[in-house]
Amino acid sequence: MNIFVLMKRTFDTEEKIVINNGKVNEEGAEFIINPYDEYAIEEAIQVRDKVGGEVTVVTVGNEDAEKELRTALAMGCDKAVLINIEDDVEESDQFTTAKVLAEYLKDKEPHLILAGNVAIDGGSGQVGPRVAELLGIPYVTTITKLDIDGDKATVVRDVEGDEEVIETSLPLLVTAQQGLNEPRYPSLPGIMKAKKKPLDEVELDDLDLDEDDVEAKTKTVEIFLPPKKEAGKILQGELTDQVKELVTLLRTEAKVI
Amino acid sequence: MTRKVISLAEIRDGSLRNVSLEAIAAAKTIAQGGEVVAVLVGENVQSHANELIAHGADRVVVVEHAQLKAYTPDGYGQALMAVVEAEKPEGIVFGHTALGKDLSPKLATKLNAGLVSDVVAIEEKDGEVLFTRPIYSGKAFEKKVVNGGLIFITVRPNNIPALSRDDARTGEVTTLSVDIKDLRTIVKEIVRKTAEGVDLSEAKVIVAGGRGVKSEDGFKPLQELADVLGGAVGASRGACDAGYCDYSLQIGQTGKVVTPDLYIACGISGAIQHLAGMSNSKVIVAINKDPEANIFKVADYGIVGDLFEVVPLLTEEFKKLKVHS
Ligand SMILES: Cc1cc2nc3c(=O)[nH]c(=O)nc-3n(C[C@H](O)[C@H](O)[C@H](O)COP(=O)(O)OP(=O)(O)OC[C@H]3O[C@@H](n4cnc5c(N)ncnc54)[C@H](O)[C@@H]3O)c2cc1C
Ligand SMILES: Cc1cc2nc3c(=O)[nH]c(=O)nc-3n(C[C@H](O)[C@H](O)[C@H](O)COP(=O)(O)OP(=O)(O)OC[C@H]3O[C@@H](n4cnc5c(N)ncnc54)[C@H](O)[C@@H]3O)c2cc1C
Repeated sequence: MNIFVLMKRTFDTEEKIVINNGKVNEEGAEFIINPYDEYAIEEAIQVRDKVGGEVTVVTVGNEDAEKELRTALAMGCDKAVLINIEDDVEESDQFTTAKVLAEYLKDKEPHLILAGNVAIDGGSGQVGPRVAELLGIPYVTTITKLDIDGDKATVVRDVEGDEEVIETSLPLLVTAQQGLNEPRYPSLPGIMKAKKKPLDEVELDDLDLDEDDVEAKTKTVEIFLPPKKEAGKILQGELTDQVKELVTLLRTEAKVI
Repeated sequence: MTRKVISLAEIRDGSLRNVSLEAIAAAKTIAQGGEVVAVLVGENVQSHANELIAHGADRVVVVEHAQLKAYTPDGYGQALMAVVEAEKPEGIVFGHTALGKDLSPKLATKLNAGLVSDVVAIEEKDGEVLFTRPIYSGKAFEKKVVNGGLIFITVRPNNIPALSRDDARTGEVTTLSVDIKDLRTIVKEIVRKTAEGVDLSEAKVIVAGGRGVKSEDGFKPLQELADVLGGAVGASRGACDAGYCDYSLQIGQTGKVVTPDLYIACGISGAIQHLAGMSNSKVIVAINKDPEANIFKVADYGIVGDLFEVVPLLTEEFKKLKVHS
């Protein structure tokens, strides 16, 4: 089976966010594989190990993403592809990313594409469904279980805490929710092997795309931090008095009750 | 510039979702005096049309079909495309719900349009509409504009206030018949795990429990407090992992993102991944026996103490308040 994983390199949101000149400062920050994409990678490897085939992990970004691609290879993906748009695209959005990914995938005859349900930095959750629609294949988002039998698939989807059992067929795109699996850590032999696995780089030209074809439809005009919260009030005194005071504060000061 | 804007209404447990009313308010801001058309999609949904008008919709378009009973991207995609072709809107607003998140990127792609997801505020500046949305899991915000063409957004529940209900308002309700076919995904079964009643993502008050709750039974006092306040119960992943409650209650980076008016965290340490799901709540109360717990750093009010003492006392106090008012 021809399996693809869409992987985003993300800013680790455990990091403190600092804004310089209207941009989030990335100097020295920690970057990781988007956590939901780890579930997607793990699932892809498990499906391949069961039914055979090959897993290719694809990212749109710049050279910095090679580190995360190598990690995906070390986990067990067979091939990695970096679509480097840094020199061609100045402003991008989810439309851009999806268009680039779909253009790359369209002649690769994918049977199964896995993505994360949302990137923890950009946070839109658009890229998966957009890619599926551009490729003309069905999709199921926020999945917690995937069973493949021939070209049929049974999927469990998390819907705000409830579960839907969905039947569909391949080719298919799914997006991973927490609970799908437990992503493995790269093993030492895995890391050694990953160094020899193919990591290809392509650019917009190779995809027969111009800048105009992928021009962003939306634009960020400002980035800001939420107003600093004043230190909260830790109540003092007898517990019963604290509780009374809290209720009064919620009514008269915070006015939420 | 006035715009014609459509907003999608969603029904849950037989009632309109609150976020659907908030979507009408958002549509009104984008419309700048233009017409706002609410869209009802489902099997038997027309009865909700008047409520949408009372909350500000100028007209309602109803699309009913047996194949629209359960949501599927193909079925709803076909319904919405038919509405868009008939109405030719300049703006579209969905709620940032499971359905809205799933369908909006598909529809935007079909319409070759941009999409601003998870909007928490809308403003107009020099004729341009600016949308504020959280990024980096709520640690920062961005303001976005659409580079011309269709304005398509999803709005996060509980952030853009709905217009108050005015039953004197009138508006036309029409039906659009659509042929729904070739569904590529079929919903075989829906397994209900969440409680009936207040939905976590739309609750005005959330009482959340963490590992400090210690057992499934330990959630009972939290439920009682939530009931008195008309709120919902949530949880940290610590509590879910320990098996004290279902994962459907999890709040945080890998769970639900909530912005209630009041969030009461009980026995939750305040890990960064938990904060990602609730730090934008309007008022946060922390109850924890460890004065050094990180949750106190984001709390507006804190009580250092045993939650099994504090929570029942709070419930009693709120009950008294109810009797008096
Ligand atoms: C060179 C460059 C310039 C950029 N400029 C801007 C800018 O000016 N303004 C701006 O707002 N953003 C910019 N971005 C960020 C980028 O547009 C978005 O982050 C991207 O479209 C994904 O959106 P999201 O974070 O909402 O992901 P989501 O839609 O939430 O991601 C969901 C899933 O889609 C897949 N996915 C997402 N992104 C990628 C990717 N890049 N490669 C492979 N799979 C992916 C993953 O599986 C992910 O889990 C830029 C990115 C690059 C590389
Ligand atoms: C990739 C990733 C994603 C994650 N996503 C999430 C997520 O979405 N949501 C989430 O919540 N976590 C998430 N986590 C886990 C997170 O890091 C923490 O482990 C988790 O939030 C801890 O849960 P807790 O606060 O309930 O437990 P603990 O950290 O164990 O805290 C328990 C607290 O209860 C207090 N306590 C104990 N007894 C009492 C008592 N009787 N009265 C009052 N206080 C008491 C203690 O002082 C302590 O502060 C994620 C982690 C990772 C790595």
